[in-house]
Amino acid sequence: MAGRARTYGRGGPLVYLVALAVVALTLGPVLYGALGGFRSNEQLARDPAGLPDPWLLRNYEGVLGNPEFWRYALNSTVVALITTVVAVLAGVMAAYPLARYQFRFREPLFLVFVLGLLFPAAVAIVPLFILVTRDLQLGNTWWGIALPQAAFALPTTVVILRPFLMALPKEVEEAAMIDGASRIGIFWRMALPLSMPGLVTVGVLAFVASWNAYLLPLLLLQGDMRTLPLGVADYSTEHSADTAGVLAFTTIAMIPALMLFLAMQRRIVSGLQGAVKG
Amino acid sequence: MTSQGAVTAADPGAAVTRRADARRVTGRSGGTGRPGRDRTRKRLEILFFVAPALALMALFVVYPVFSAARMSFYRWKGFGPMVDFVGLQNYVRVLADDVFTDAVVHNFIIVFASILVQLPLGLALALLLNRRIRGRGLLRTIIFVPYVLAEVIAGVVWFQLLQPRSGLLETMLTSVGFPVPEQGFLGTPDLALVTVFVVLTWKYLGLAVLLFLAGLQGVPDELHEAAQLDGASWWQVQRRIAVPLLAPTIRTWVFLSMIGSLQLFDMVWILTGGGPANATTTMATYLVSQGTQRSNFGIAGAASVVLFLIGFAMAVAYQFLVLRRDTKDA
Repeated sequence: MAGRARTYGRGGPLVYLVALAVVALTLGPVLYGALGGFRSNEQLARDPAGLPDPWLLRNYEGVLGNPEFWRYALNSTVVALITTVVAVLAGVMAAYPLARYQFRFREPLFLVFVLGLLFPAAVAIVPLFILVTRDLQLGNTWWGIALPQAAFALPTTVVILRPFLMALPKEVEEAAMIDGASRIGIFWRMALPLSMPGLVTVGVLAFVASWNAYLLPLLLLQGDMRTLPLGVADYSTEHSADTAGVLAFTTIAMIPALMLFLAMQRRIVSGLQGAVKG
Repeated sequence: MTSQGAVTAADPGAAVTRRADARRVTGRSGGTGRPGRDRTRKRLEILFFVAPALALMALFVVYPVFSAARMSFYRWKGFGPMVDFVGLQNYVRVLADDVFTDAVVHNFIIVFASILVQLPLGLALALLLNRRIRGRGLLRTIIFVPYVLAEVIAGVVWFQLLQPRSGLLETMLTSVGFPVPEQGFLGTPDLALVTVFVVLTWKYLGLAVLLFLAGLQGVPDELHEAAQLDGASWWQVQRRIAVPLLAPTIRTWVFLSMIGSLQLFDMVWILTGGGPANATTTMATYLVSQGTQRSNFGIAGAASVVLFLIGFAMAVAYQFLVLRRDTKDA
């Protein structure tokens, strides 16, 4: 009995073996890219599976000394920040009445956002291109890409935040109402701070989605306004003979999203739980 | 107290009670003597809250989709006014085009393969990682890494790994005597779609695991301890307690996965561009190549409408058949 209690919920050797295999399969391609960046094309051709010998810094130096890379990184950052702020603010505002109000069109309205999940950018890509470039005159600008991206991030944001806001304890609202607070006051001073973990979650999701987006930037952005994914894709086709250079460029482009995730990991996981501790 | 909160959150019955209480609160504030004014005020508040989101969605999502639908009835190359009305001709051409119907089949293969492969795999990994093994936190972090990477970036790396002959994967397989296809994994029509699916699984399994893990954390330790005291084995606890409590999370994941599979574009565009011999086209790659590369905007519009209708039908069906259980009292 004592032995069972000790091993209960822990892993045997098999569990560790599976875990190790998962780690190898998951990180293998990423490590291949990172290590490949330290090698020369000649090394890569001679032995694809080898380690860098000698370790070369010139591929990474080349990327970091490339002003285009920094331009792409700046574009990606600004676009992702605008997308995130717009999507989270508009999203939490919409989710609030859908969670805390009773009204006749509540479920149909929520369904609008659920259905919004279904509108892939691809369906609307050509009209969207015409709208942004010809009608709004925002072609090849930060806002021109960020606003449609925020619109496409809204359904996810609302769908994740609604149960979050629903789970807030009713006592908070009740007490505030007795004290005479307005619903908008309750929203700003109570619902918003209390749902902060959820906001961080949807914020990180919106940021990462924008950071990683490809299709919409592919059609809307050219030249100096390109974002990192476009830059990586174009670099890899333009320099297809320079495998090591492509791997170095790709690896450096991975770092910002990875760092953001590592920094925010706890908040993402706790946010996804969607429950208020109390 | 903390764990009690988690129990009620996972218990639909308690949630209904809570909502009923919320209704009582609203009812009371509505009964203070000026019901008409309160109702107007409430409507204005709702409008204030939802207006920005609805405006963004209307302008950048709904309007372009309607615009695509309008485009589908015209022959239009992108210049000048849309005047050459052709009725349903574009639809006839799209639906008679083997490339498009194959693309639809490819999308559905990805939809079902994702559910059949990634769901059991994700569930197994989540249950595994939810045990108190050493390095669990690190393991969770690592498994989520591919999801955080851009599809383009993951695609470029995998493209290098999958290079015929010189790529790492073929070199390793050859060295252990495993036969590799002549044209490489991405260059062989019969294998290309499977290969794309494997890369997609590598990329998206982490999301499933993270969502399931988050769901599992809603299962309080006390439940595990109680079951353990009653002599339940680890497997029994997973099967009878963890997985049933995870059902809403699983249903949500299946929904997200379905929609994602129908919209597949980036990875295919980077890995194969839809080739070889159209073996990996998806609806999205079809309409993008028709719309932006060949300027057949009418054809692209018709393909968009078909993609939208398929997605819409599947989502509505899923909502009514499966998800309804989770939201029916909401």
